[in-house]
Amino acid sequence: MAWVRACATDEIDEEDVARFDQGDRTFAIYHSPEDAFYATDGLCTHQAIHLADGLVMDHTIECPKHNGRFDYRDGKALGAPVCVNLRTYPVKVEDGVVLVDVG
Amino acid sequence: MVVVGAGEAGARAASALRERGYDGLVTLVGDEPHAPYERPPLSKAVMASDDEAPPVILDEGKLAAQRIAHLAGARATHIDRDARVLHLADGRDLPYAKLLIATGAGPRRLPVPGADGPHVLTLRTFADALALRARLVPGCRLTVVGGGFIGLEVAAAAAARDCAVTLVEAAPRILMRGVPTAVADRVARRHLAAGVDLRTGFGIAGLEARPNGVALLLVDGTQILSDAVVVGIGAVPETRLAEASGLAVENGVRVNAQLRTEDPNIFAAGDCCSFPHPLYGGRRIRLEAWRNAQNQGALAAANMLGGSEAYAAVPWFWSDQYDETLQVAGLSDEAVDTIERDLGAGRLFFCLAADGRLVAASGVGPNGVIARDIRLAEMMIARRACPDRVALASPSVKLKALLAA
Ligand SMILES: Cc1cc2nc3c(=O)[nH]c(=O)nc-3n(C[C@H](O)[C@H](O)[C@H](O)COP(=O)(O)OP(=O)(O)OC[C@H]3O[C@@H](n4cnc5c(N)ncnc54)[C@H](O)[C@@H]3O)c2cc1C
Ligand code: FES
Repeated sequence: MAWVRACATDEIDEEDVARFDQGDRTFAIYHSPEDAFYATDGLCTHQAIHLADGLVMDHTIECPKHNGRFDYRDGKALGAPVCVNLRTYPVKVEDGVVLVDVG
Repeated sequence: MVVVGAGEAGARAASALRERGYDGLVTLVGDEPHAPYERPPLSKAVMASDDEAPPVILDEGKLAAQRIAHLAGARATHIDRDARVLHLADGRDLPYAKLLIATGAGPRRLPVPGADGPHVLTLRTFADALALRARLVPGCRLTVVGGGFIGLEVAAAAAARDCAVTLVEAAPRILMRGVPTAVADRVARRHLAAGVDLRTGFGIAGLEARPNGVALLLVDGTQILSDAVVVGIGAVPETRLAEASGLAVENGVRVNAQLRTEDPNIFAAGDCCSFPHPLYGGRRIRLEAWRNAQNQGALAAANMLGGSEAYAAVPWFWSDQYDETLQVAGLSDEAVDTIERDLGAGRLFFCLAADGRLVAASGVGPNGVIARDIRLAEMMIARRACPDRVALASPSVKLKALLAA
C-alpha cells in the first residue's frame, strides 16, 4: 500500500481526465460523470501515448492518437487498435484530495 | 470467407469476422511477402529507425489464434463470379461464399518522360520504405515531388537524417487538398525552419538520369540535381482485380453505402473503393486514410455476415511532421468560411458551409494539444451541428459544451 496525493477533487472537471506523475511513473486520473474518481496507467497500451490528452465520454477514455478506447473503471481495452488492457489503481477521496494507491 | 489484400482494411475485416463469431474458413490473400503491417509508420517511425521488419498488425501468433489462413506472396487475378471462385496467379483456386476486395491503392506515376528511370522512388510498401531509407544518408541530395502528406513526411524524415532536401510542388501552395491555407502556411514554415528548400508553383517537365544521380527538369527550364527523387503525388485505387472480374469501377471499386458491389456476394473496403457518403449529400467519395480502412474493413465484415449497416463515419486523417501533428476531420469542399481558435501551442480551424453547418475541422500542433478538440469537432460534424461562430473562436468555450448544446 502506498497512497499518494494525486490532485484536489476540484482540479478535474466531471467527465474529464488529468495527468499525474510520480517519480518516473505517469498516471491518468479520471473524474466520472457520477462524481467518482479512478486511476489508470497514463500511457496507452498501443503506442505509449498519454491518455490524459484524450477524451472522456461516460466511462471510457479515448486515446488521442488512434482513438483506441478503454473503460477507465477496470482498464478493459474496448477494441482495435487497442487489445491490451490498461492497469488500474485503487483511488480514495479524503478531504477534497484524490489519493491513489500506486502499489 | 475470402479477403483479398492483406493490408489495413483486409486484416481488420478478417479479425472482425472472428470477433463477430464467424466459425467457418477465413482466408486472407495478400501479394506482399509480409504478415499484414501498418503503412502510416513507413514515412514516420520506419524512416527514423533501423528496423528490418515492418510494424505488423497481425503476427503469426495472432493469425493462428484467430484461425485466419494468410496466403502471403499470393496475387489474386480473377473472380469467377458465377462459380464463386477466386483465381490466384500461382494457379490456386479459392471457393468463397462472400468475398472482400481490399486491394488498397498504388502510387500515382508522374506523367512525364524519365519517370521510370533509376533513382526515382515511390513509397507505398515496406520494401519501398527500405529502399528509400537506404538512400537517406547524411548529405544525400533528395528531391521530393509533391507537397501532400506523404511527400511532406518524407521531406521531414530526410531532413532529420541530415539530407539536403528540396520539395517541388506544382500547385501554388502545399497541402492544396483538404486543409485551409493557414494550416499549410504553418506546416511550410516548419519545413523551412528545418532547412527544406520548398518550391511551390513549379510544373515538372521530366527526369533525366545523370552520371551520379538524377536531374529533375522543371517547366521553367530549371534543373534540380539530386541523388534520388521521391514522387509523392497521390495514389490511384488498385482496381485491376475488380475490372478483370467485370465489376463497376468509378474512381475505385464502386460500392453502395453497405460497401457491397453490384454482385451481392462481393464487397470492397479501404483505399480501393468509392462509396456514397450520407454526410456529404450522398456524394461518391474515396478516402485514403488509415481509420477509414479500419472502419470499412470492420463494417464490410459485419455485412458479409448478413448485416445491412451503412457506412457514415466522418472522414479523419492525421499526419506527423517533426514534433507536430496535423489532424483533419470531415471534408472541406463545401466550406465557405474558416474560423480559427488559438490554443497557444496549437491551432484549430473550423470550416463552415453556407448554411452554417460544421463540415470540417483541422488542427495543427502537438498531438496532445489538438487531438481531443478535433475528436469533439468530429462528433459535431457527424451531428450536422451549426455551432456559434464566436464560441468556436474562443478558447475559453469548451467544445464539449458546444457539442452538448
Ligand atoms: C507511406 C504512407 C503513410 C501513410 N500515413 C498515413 C497517416 O499518417 N494517416 C492516415 O490516416 N493514413 C495514412 N496512410 C494511408 C493508410 O495507410 C491507408 O489508407 C491504408 O493503408 C489503406 O488500407 P487498405 O487496406 O485499403 O490498403 P493497403 O494497406 O494498401 O493494403 C492493400 C493490400 O492489398 C495488396 N493487393 C493489392 N492487389 C492485390 C491482389 N490482386 N492480390 C493480392 N493482394 C493484393 C497490396 O499489395 C496491399 O498489401 C499512409 C499511407 C502510406 C503509403
Ligand atoms: S496509441 Fe493509443 S490507440 Fe494508438
